[in-house]
Amino acid sequence: MAADLIFFALFLAGLTLMGMALGPYMARVFTGRVRWLAPVEAALYRAAGVTGQGQRWTGYAAAVLAFNAAGFLLLYLILRLQGFLPFNPQGFGAMGEAQAFNTAVSFMTNTNWQSYGGETTVSHFSQMAGLTVQNFVSAATGIAVAVAVVRGLAARSVADLGNFWVDLTRATLYLLLPGAILITLVLVWQGMPQTLAAGVTATTLEGAQQVIAQGPVASQAAIKMLGTNGGGFFNANASHPYENATALTNLVQIYAILVIPAAFPFFFGRMVGDRRQGWAIFAAMSVMFVGVLLAAYFTEGSGNPLHAGLTEPGVSMEGKETRFGLAQTVLFVVATTVASCGAVNAMHDSLMALGGMIPLFNMLLGEIIYGGVGAGFYGMVLYVVLTVFIAGLMVGRTPEWLGKKIEAREMKLAALTLLVMPLGVLVLSALSILTGNAQTAVQDAGPHGLTELIYAYTSGTANNGSAFAGFGANTTWHNTMIGLAMLIGRWGYIVPVLAIAGGLAAKPRAPATAGTFPTHGAAFTLLLVATILIVGALTFLPVLALGPIAEHVSIAAGQAF
Amino acid sequence: MSKHPRTEIGLFAPEIVRPAIRAAFAKLDPRRLARNPVIFATALVAGVTTLLVLLRWGQAGSAVSLQIALWLWATVLFANFAEAVAEGRGKARADAFRATRSDARARVLLDPARRDLFELQDVDQLDLGEVILVEAGDIVPTDGEVIEGVASVDESAITGESAPVIRESGGDRSSVTGGTRLVSDWLVVRVTAKPGETFLDRMISLVEGAKRAKTPNEIALDILLAGLSLVFLLVVATLPVFAGWSGTQIPVVWLAALFVTLIPTTIGGLLSAIGIAGMDRLVKANVIAKSGRAVEAAGDIDVLLLDKTGTITFGNRMADAFLPVPGVTEREVAEAAFISSLADDTPEGKSTVDLAVRTFGFAEGNRRGGARFVPFTAQTRMSGVDLADGRQFRKGAADAMARCFPGEGAAAAEPIVRQIAMGGGTPLVVARDGQVLGVIHLKDVVKPGIRDRFAELRRMGIRTVMITGDNPLTAAAIAAEAGVDDFLAEATPERKLDYIRGEQAQGRLVAMCGDGSNDAPALAQADVGVAMNSGTPAAKEAGNLVDLDSDPTKLIEIVMVGKQLLISRGALTTFSIANDVAKYFAILPALFVAAYPGLGVLDVMGLGTPQSAILSAIIFNALVIVALIPLALKGVRYRPASAGALLSRNLLVYGLGGLVAPFIGIKLIDMIVDLAHLA
Repeated sequence: MAADLIFFALFLAGLTLMGMALGPYMARVFTGRVRWLAPVEAALYRAAGVTGQGQRWTGYAAAVLAFNAAGFLLLYLILRLQGFLPFNPQGFGAMGEAQAFNTAVSFMTNTNWQSYGGETTVSHFSQMAGLTVQNFVSAATGIAVAVAVVRGLAARSVADLGNFWVDLTRATLYLLLPGAILITLVLVWQGMPQTLAAGVTATTLEGAQQVIAQGPVASQAAIKMLGTNGGGFFNANASHPYENATALTNLVQIYAILVIPAAFPFFFGRMVGDRRQGWAIFAAMSVMFVGVLLAAYFTEGSGNPLHAGLTEPGVSMEGKETRFGLAQTVLFVVATTVASCGAVNAMHDSLMALGGMIPLFNMLLGEIIYGGVGAGFYGMVLYVVLTVFIAGLMVGRTPEWLGKKIEAREMKLAALTLLVMPLGVLVLSALSILTGNAQTAVQDAGPHGLTELIYAYTSGTANNGSAFAGFGANTTWHNTMIGLAMLIGRWGYIVPVLAIAGGLAAKPRAPATAGTFPTHGAAFTLLLVATILIVGALTFLPVLALGPIAEHVSIAAGQAF
Repeated sequence: MSKHPRTEIGLFAPEIVRPAIRAAFAKLDPRRLARNPVIFATALVAGVTTLLVLLRWGQAGSAVSLQIALWLWATVLFANFAEAVAEGRGKARADAFRATRSDARARVLLDPARRDLFELQDVDQLDLGEVILVEAGDIVPTDGEVIEGVASVDESAITGESAPVIRESGGDRSSVTGGTRLVSDWLVVRVTAKPGETFLDRMISLVEGAKRAKTPNEIALDILLAGLSLVFLLVVATLPVFAGWSGTQIPVVWLAALFVTLIPTTIGGLLSAIGIAGMDRLVKANVIAKSGRAVEAAGDIDVLLLDKTGTITFGNRMADAFLPVPGVTEREVAEAAFISSLADDTPEGKSTVDLAVRTFGFAEGNRRGGARFVPFTAQTRMSGVDLADGRQFRKGAADAMARCFPGEGAAAAEPIVRQIAMGGGTPLVVARDGQVLGVIHLKDVVKPGIRDRFAELRRMGIRTVMITGDNPLTAAAIAAEAGVDDFLAEATPERKLDYIRGEQAQGRLVAMCGDGSNDAPALAQADVGVAMNSGTPAAKEAGNLVDLDSDPTKLIEIVMVGKQLLISRGALTTFSIANDVAKYFAILPALFVAAYPGLGVLDVMGLGTPQSAILSAIIFNALVIVALIPLALKGVRYRPASAGALLSRNLLVYGLGGLVAPFIGIKLIDMIVDLAHLA
């Protein structure tokens, strides 16, 4: 156990260092000081007719929505028409309407919820030209929005937030593409396939014929992690040996998930000219990360009491990869759900009751512990706005953050975002039960079944995309409703947070004095964590009590479902 | 000057509480409840719950349900009561003001030039611009500007100051306020306020809270509270579905209880009381805010502009030292200064005599017969005494004296004079029989204790800026002595305005006070402008606060009141939200323990039964409002400190306190509920 804890500590230290290094680089990228691909950039802007002129928040948001809509339409058409398109060695036909809608929304919103099995439904063309493209641009969209938000916070009495098309291009060219190429090379070196050939047929020891699917796996795995997408090439995702070859690829992939989200606070600190502000947010994220990681490790490490005497004592290995063991599995589970990644290297359905609650909890917070690329940071911005508003008054001034007053307009928008998770998770889940759609989709009875249902809608609303398994999501109802959940989970944050940033950008920044509410330092970090837990997490305590907690206490009482 | 203290109104004095109880019920009017989203939601839930209890009367658990319904109503009533008490205190003050309003008819002059031609007119008919005559013994019927005459006016009804003040036409003392009383002489006054909009009327409606508009921060807070309530509505509304999945039925009344305990009723119920009480504290400090917005802004002030004279220093320069030229003793200089000032009634002269008496014990009665006094004139710029024995004493401005009495002494005095001037003081040269003996050092004396107040302000993050008409050299010296952070020398109205705009452009909030008409633009530009009640109507119109005592240092108190108001609001918000943790732990196990007995582990308080747990939580939720009324009305204790220190302290008290208190409170109530077999 000591070795595992040291491993976690080293992991966190490594992540901090990477964030500290990448943050300043991002600051240079998004202030236009990284120029080595300038000719490519210029050519792209010329081709697209982008002038690069600053946009107000309305213009920025409109560009995001238009770009998302176009991406959705293109992906939907590709999936529906893949039978007529090239690179389809397996000869897959069109994807069904509801499923294609769900998949297109899923990849456009950076969720990568998959109600389909990749190797049995989607052609190579759809994978590369459809899904992988969205893997890049949906991630770049999230980054661009967060960059615009940071700009708004750093600005002094300025009307515009930058240009979406420029931010999108730069995020892709200078951040995602180089990163993905680097990671792909490591993954290929470690033995992950990168080919356009169809699957190979093998003869098993018993003499049976088996088709082993393969394809351009490494490149998609790289961006699915770096862009916190999570959509697997294979149905088994990162627990498939082709999609996660060795312990090293496991570690590299975990780092790939968290590196950009962890760099955002440092990027923010640079941009606002006060690195302590960034450290405070990073510290809040890290405190919670350590909390959920240790909680997952200890709940999962204690094993299933019902197995006592049946199996060897210790960790329940059902659904886990023996290649990775407990520490690397738990770390992956936590990393993929604190961020909006959703790739899995273990079956979350098979985790212990409380162990399975941790990933659910991570997502229910709104994925702000590092979080999705960009999305995590702007989600955190909303919590900071709330924290500053609730507690800021206690220093005897009206609330302000970075010298900008938090007023009725900001509160209206922030309060709106508070509704997103309850709406997507509680209301849509409840509707599923009331319409009878939940009962037919879950595999298990009782609290575990409820957890499966809640997990699916949480994964959708939080734009995570990880599957708890045990949930038959491929029905018209769930494809549509989870699609809806993903949409409100994405746009329900992006539009208000851009509006807040636009409003704040226009405000002057009052210089900090001894009377200014300190948004750095331990007291604030603590306060931020407390607000997140009380305002964010407590909302879901009732349903968690009926799901995983009820299951846990029942198991302890010797009752399984 | 004596001040009759404003009567202190007890927090729960019967004359306040009795009408407040009545008002608490009157406020159940849905139109009035709708102003407060959280309490409105509570009232709705209480109504629905009551209906359900009545419809299903006789079923199992009816008794507990009825108690829950009653406590829900109690929650609403307690919130109404808190507001009513705060309003009642305001009303009590308003009644005192109202008593001063006169019903006598006003004498409207038909021709402003003639005081003998007037007609009587009802006070509430007086229109803007009409000219009225007020004579000794009259109560001034409305606000106005003196256009003719000089009179002493007793303003104690408004300011509490019993000494009459002079009001005269022209200058900065030309405004009269309705409700004050002429003690002597007569005034011709032009009416400057429409009927019903006089200063007194506005004051009454403000302290009563009748026309109280929500302040920006209150509106924002309301939105957050409404948002949180909506979130909890979703949580509670979907809960029966999830419970049904587990085969549990949750009584609607229990859901109602869960909803009301989760929504922030504590701060929702006390929010308006806090606001009204803040205004009340200002009134107690003899300051009238024209809007709640100004009080809120006062808490945010970054820069305080203070006039030097009368605020930072005593109004006048005073003698500080006698400095002899070489070959002359200090005593000789002091004696010469003493004798030459004996007949000088200016503050400078008096303070010179004072200093000489203090240091050398000269007897003041020691005036010699036959002395001839030489008064100060603008031409000679010196004054003095020619004694009967022929000795001549003079004191005066350095250059005038040097011209008049050239010689060794004058030359020797020159470096002393220069040094005093460099240090910001004023040198007065003293001569005897044409011989310069030395120099009196006159200086602005900084008020004792003011330096500490500025240090206090600095700790709160507020910069103080001294405004003075002095030259930069003098200003710098006084600024250093008083410990202000910055100064604006040779200040003109334009420069003040520019200074304020400059600070505001950097995002700072500026407060200033002023009384003259030439201060009006700056008062209007400042985020918090405190007009002196003795000032001109223009200044009073431009400022958003009026200090009835006309005391410029009041600005500091105003800032404190503003901060205290905001802190009270923040502390109770934090407390209210932190309370939810314990309420979840009280109610959730009670709701689900039938379906999953193991969930009893969540019942960390070990409450009696599910029924008693829910009842205790809702009782705690209601009682905590009552328990916090004194805090809301008096305000959270506030001592100036840095934001970091304040945050840590308040977080500990109201954040941690808000987490822990309900665990203890609910447990105690549960024990009582069990003992009394209420559930």
